[in-house]
Amino acid sequence: MDTRILTNAPYDVEKVRQDFPILTRLVHEKPGRPGKPLVYLDNAASAQKPRAVIDAMANFMAHDYSNVHRGVHYLSQVATNLYEATRVKTATFLNAPSPDTIVFTRSATEAFNLVASSWGGAHLKAGDEIILSVMEHHANIVPWQLLRSRTGIVIKVAPVLDDGTLDLEALARLLESPKVKLVSITHGSNVLGTVTPAAEIARMAHAAGAKVLFDGSQAAVHMPVDVQAIDADFYIMTGHKLYGPTGFGVLYGKAELLESMPPYQGGGDMIQTVTFEETTFREVPHRFEAGTPPIVEGIGFGAAIDYVTALSMGAIHAHEQRLLAYATEKLQAIDGLRIIGTSPTKAAILSFTIEGVHPHDIGTLVDRAGVAVRVGRHCAEPLMDRFGVGATARASFALYNTEAEADALVDAVRAVREFFN
Amino acid sequence: MFDDLRDLYQEVILDHGKHPRNFGKPEAFNRMARGENPLCGDKINVYLSIGPEGVVNDAHFDGRGCAISQASASLMTETLKGKTEAEAEALFGHFHDMCTKDDHEHTDHGHLDPEAVEKLDVLSGVREFPMRVKCATLAWHTMHAAIHGDEKTTTE
Ligand SMILES: Cc1ncc(COP(=O)(O)O)c(C=O)c1O
Ligand SMILES: [Zn+2]
Repeated sequence: MDTRILTNAPYDVEKVRQDFPILTRLVHEKPGRPGKPLVYLDNAASAQKPRAVIDAMANFMAHDYSNVHRGVHYLSQVATNLYEATRVKTATFLNAPSPDTIVFTRSATEAFNLVASSWGGAHLKAGDEIILSVMEHHANIVPWQLLRSRTGIVIKVAPVLDDGTLDLEALARLLESPKVKLVSITHGSNVLGTVTPAAEIARMAHAAGAKVLFDGSQAAVHMPVDVQAIDADFYIMTGHKLYGPTGFGVLYGKAELLESMPPYQGGGDMIQTVTFEETTFREVPHRFEAGTPPIVEGIGFGAAIDYVTALSMGAIHAHEQRLLAYATEKLQAIDGLRIIGTSPTKAAILSFTIEGVHPHDIGTLVDRAGVAVRVGRHCAEPLMDRFGVGATARASFALYNTEAEADALVDAVRAVREFFN
Repeated sequence: MFDDLRDLYQEVILDHGKHPRNFGKPEAFNRMARGENPLCGDKINVYLSIGPEGVVNDAHFDGRGCAISQASASLMTETLKGKTEAEAEALFGHFHDMCTKDDHEHTDHGHLDPEAVEKLDVLSGVREFPMRVKCATLAWHTMHAAIHGDEKTTTE
C-alpha cells in the first residue's frame, strides 16, 4: 500500500474518534450527578479498540471459529487461513522479510521470556555480557535476571542523559568489552517517551559482534517501523497497545537466529512427530508456538493492523507529534510542573511531577475531571531512581486524542495545584 | 472542579499531608518496619518505642508518598502514643474496617479509644476510593509488622 498518498490527506481526528465506541461514554456518573466525558490519556498502558477490531473478533467467533492448524474440516481451514493472514499483515507492518520471521506470543512479556530462555539459554554462558538501558520496562529486565541466576550472565546498564536521551557514548564504552553478546534496549520508553536511534544502536552492537533486540511495545504504536532498515535481530511488540486485544504479542527474529533456537515451551502444534523416545519439532515460527494459540486475539490483532495501516502510521505519527508539542508547551507553563523526559526524539508520552503534590493524588484528582492518566512507577523502577522521583504522573496520547483533550488535562492539572495550595 | 473530593481530602488530611507530625527517624526506638505500596511507590518506615509493659511510648515515621499515606501515617503516630500493643492492634482492625467495609459489617475489635476513633474518622472517605485504601492502610500494616518484628512489609 502506498502510504504517501494517505499521509497527504488531512487527518480527521473527529472522524477517527467515531471508530472507537468507548470514547462516547461518560465516567463517574451517579444519580443526581452528570458524568464527565472520558478523556483517555492512559494509552501507553493499553489503548482503546476500534469497532473494526471488536467486530472482527465477534464475527470470527460467530461465523468462522475453529481451532487452527489441526483439522481437515472446512472451518479449520478457514480459521487457519484467517489466523495466518495476521502473520502476513504483521510482517508487512514491520517490513519483515518473510512471515516466517514472525512468532506469535501472548504478550510482549512472553516474547522477552522466549528470547531470554531460548536464545539466551542456547547462546549465552557464564560471564557473557548483555546490555540493557536504565529506561527498560521490567519485562526487559526480569527475564534476563532469571537467566542470570540460571547461567551466570552479566547484565550491564546503559544510562540516559538528563533529558532522557540514551547515552550513546556510555553505550559505546560498554560495547568495548569483547564479552557483550546482546544489546536489549527499548525503541521507545513507556515513561520518558524517548525514541532511541535504533539503526545506530544496531550498527554499534553489530560492530562489536553483539546481537540487538528492540522493545517496540511503545515505539511501534507511534511511528512506522522497518525492522530491516534498522537491522534489528529481534523486535518485540504487544497487541493491546496497538488498538488490538489483550493476550497477543509479536516477536520478530532474523531467520537464522530463530533457526538456531530451541523450542521455548513444549506441547501440541509445535511438534512434527512425537514418540515417548523422541520428538521432532516443527519449523520456525511454529516451533515456538506451543498449544492452541490465541486465535481470536490473532484475528483482532490483524484487524488492528489493517486499521492503523489504513490511517497510515506516518499520519498517526504526525498527528501525535502535533499533540505532543501542544501539550508539552501548555504543561510546561504550569508553575512547579516538571516534565521528566524531554529528549528531542520522543513519542507522545508525557511524564511529569508537580512540586508538593504526589502523583498518586494527581491521578485521583484529574480522574474526577474525567481524565485518565497513569500514576506510579510504570514498571520502570530503576528509571524512577535515576530521576530521583518515587513516581510520576503520565499522560500518553493515541491516534484518537485531540487538542481539546490536552486542554482538559492541563485544566485539571492546574486545578490540582490550586487544590493543594 | 473537585468539590466532591473534599470527603476524601478533608482539611485535616491536607494539613497532615503537608505538615506530617512525628516525622523523621527518632534517636531512640526499639521496633521498626519498612512498608511499601508497590502500586504507587509509597514507602514509609515506622519507628516505635515500646516499653517493658507493652505500651507504645513513642511513634514516628518517615518516607514519602501521597497525601493520603502521609496523613494516615501522621494521624496514626498521634493516636498510638500511650496505647498498649493490644489497643494499637485493635485500632488497626477498626481502621481497616472503616476503610473497607460498611458500618454494619465492622467486626468487634475489643476496646477502642473513642478519641482515637474520632480522630481517625477523617480518613473514612477512602471507603469510596478502593484504589486508595492501600495508601491509607500502609502505615498501619507497617506498624503491625513493626510490633511483630517483621522488618519489611508491603500492601500487595
Ligand atoms: C516498553 C514496554 N515494554 C514491555 C511492556 C510489556 O507489555 P505486556 O504487558 O503487554 O507484555 C510494556 C507495557 O506495559 C511496555 O510499555
Ligand atoms: Zn498512595
